[in-house]
Amino acid sequence: MSLVDTRTPDPKKFIKGATGDWEMVIGLEIHAQVTSESKLFSGSSTQFGNAPNSNVSFVDAAMPGMLPTINQECVRQAVRTGLGLKAKINNRSIFDRKNYFYPDLPQGYQISQFKDPIVGEGIVYLDMGKDGEVEIGIERLHLEQDAGKSIHDQHPNMSFIDLNRSGVALMEIVSKPDIRSSEEARTYIAKIRTILRYLGTCDGNMEQGSLRADINVSVRSPGGEFGTRCEIKNVNSMRFAVAAIEYEARRQIDILEDGGKIDQETRLFDSKSGKTRSMRSKEEAHDYRYFPDPDLLPLEFDDEFVAALAKDLPELPDEKHDRFVSEYSITSYDASVLISSRSNADFFENVAKGRDGKLAANWVINEFFGRLAKEELDVSNSPISAKQLGGIIDLISSGDISGKIAKDLFEIVWGEGGDPADIVEKRSMKQVSDTGAIEKMIDEIISTNPEQVEKVKLKPQLIGWFVGQVMKASQGKANPQAVNKILKEKLGL
Amino acid sequence: MSVDADIVRKIGHLARIKLKEENLEGLAGELNVILGFVEQLDEVDVSDVEPMTSVIPATLRTRKDEVTSGNYADKITSNAPLSEDNFFMVPKVVE
Repeated sequence: MSLVDTRTPDPKKFIKGATGDWEMVIGLEIHAQVTSESKLFSGSSTQFGNAPNSNVSFVDAAMPGMLPTINQECVRQAVRTGLGLKAKINNRSIFDRKNYFYPDLPQGYQISQFKDPIVGEGIVYLDMGKDGEVEIGIERLHLEQDAGKSIHDQHPNMSFIDLNRSGVALMEIVSKPDIRSSEEARTYIAKIRTILRYLGTCDGNMEQGSLRADINVSVRSPGGEFGTRCEIKNVNSMRFAVAAIEYEARRQIDILEDGGKIDQETRLFDSKSGKTRSMRSKEEAHDYRYFPDPDLLPLEFDDEFVAALAKDLPELPDEKHDRFVSEYSITSYDASVLISSRSNADFFENVAKGRDGKLAANWVINEFFGRLAKEELDVSNSPISAKQLGGIIDLISSGDISGKIAKDLFEIVWGEGGDPADIVEKRSMKQVSDTGAIEKMIDEIISTNPEQVEKVKLKPQLIGWFVGQVMKASQGKANPQAVNKILKEKLGL
Repeated sequence: MSVDADIVRKIGHLARIKLKEENLEGLAGELNVILGFVEQLDEVDVSDVEPMTSVIPATLRTRKDEVTSGNYADKITSNAPLSEDNFFMVPKVVE
């Protein structure tokens, strides 16, 4: 892989050092567990959390004479992911053995793809808010086996090995060194995760380890030659990724400014201390002695296979974002909040269809998502349906209720359920837009408060007090626009 | 390429083969003879030939995504020198 600098140095991202400014250069390898029933090369289950070594076949345990047979679903999922990353699909790819010794790798090698991966170069776009859109290159995506799990806290001087994860299919998605800040790295991981979830090729669950990242970090003087990189292994949360990058960049700058040099090495992030430390035992293992796996023939498929998968691809986040902006006239920012997951986007569309898109976006994002987050719920277990929220919005649009009453109505529907229109009818929550009725209330307030009427003539902002009185008299049901208009006329403001 | 005692020690370690220090020189000599023999192939011009990954004209066999195996943890661990609750036990490996 030849390193090409595709970015223009941005002073906003520079890090201040004692000797001048520094710039981070970051590349990520994301390991995403493929969503499938069985493993990449064996028929044992991929289910998380089963009893130790129960998801293990003789193939996974590397018993002598056992041979791998590839799972066609994992091939489909890798190609679909490649298509989602706008990447080149390689109709012929080759499996290699990556040799190293570790107790959680019973074969003594990992079946991976080295020279000829299933997916080649692609592109991911990041929405960096006011900094605009950033393009991150994808170098490749390849299929490989996951390793087992070591547990160290069960015994004073022994480690326990569970091979349930051994042989589960992983997609390793390698970015180009195009990332220039921890925030971009975080956004990149989030974007990849969203794309994988839209495609249904990986559940993206970082807590369970279905998605983890190896982060390559180096520093350089802005726009200069690439520096020597260190690789931080197995980072399993976006927050840790940001912390690890910030720590590592600062560590490297301190070494360089003291006249030292960076050793290319593998490091571990310790989430307790917030520091990275050298992982010396893996040093020697870097000599992986890759060679084509003699047990597996080249993986080949034709263009029709790829075209059929492309045809059935769901709408992807970027396309959905652009469609939302043009179809519902909402802001780019609102659209990016709404598309964060497919279920969120679907919910919004069900609310917005045939209604005012801006009003729908406002209610879905501020009231609905806000409330879900507060109660630690999500769309799938929400007490309020898209139809109910749509009903509330209809009542606002028709002028039957004010925005303020709508919030009360939202609370009622959230807590008790029911049809919004029925609730408004039964509990007489309709706002009073009848000017005659409002005028009558205003006349009454003006006649009983002559001293306030004098004051408001000198201080027009006191009109708020009158509005408050009318709202109180009408139990919040008077149409605020009508109240304001009539008050101004009557008070001569 | 020429192999010396240091290289023999390194590849021995990578392959987890215990080598005696007094055998390193001799093994280096043997490996050099083997490499020399194979190096004769360099005389053939293969610049236009794609590396061969398979000797048979067949494509990779695939299988359906179905769970057909597993749930015999006792058998999986039955050869292990040490095991407990169907876990393999190995000398502690901590990073």
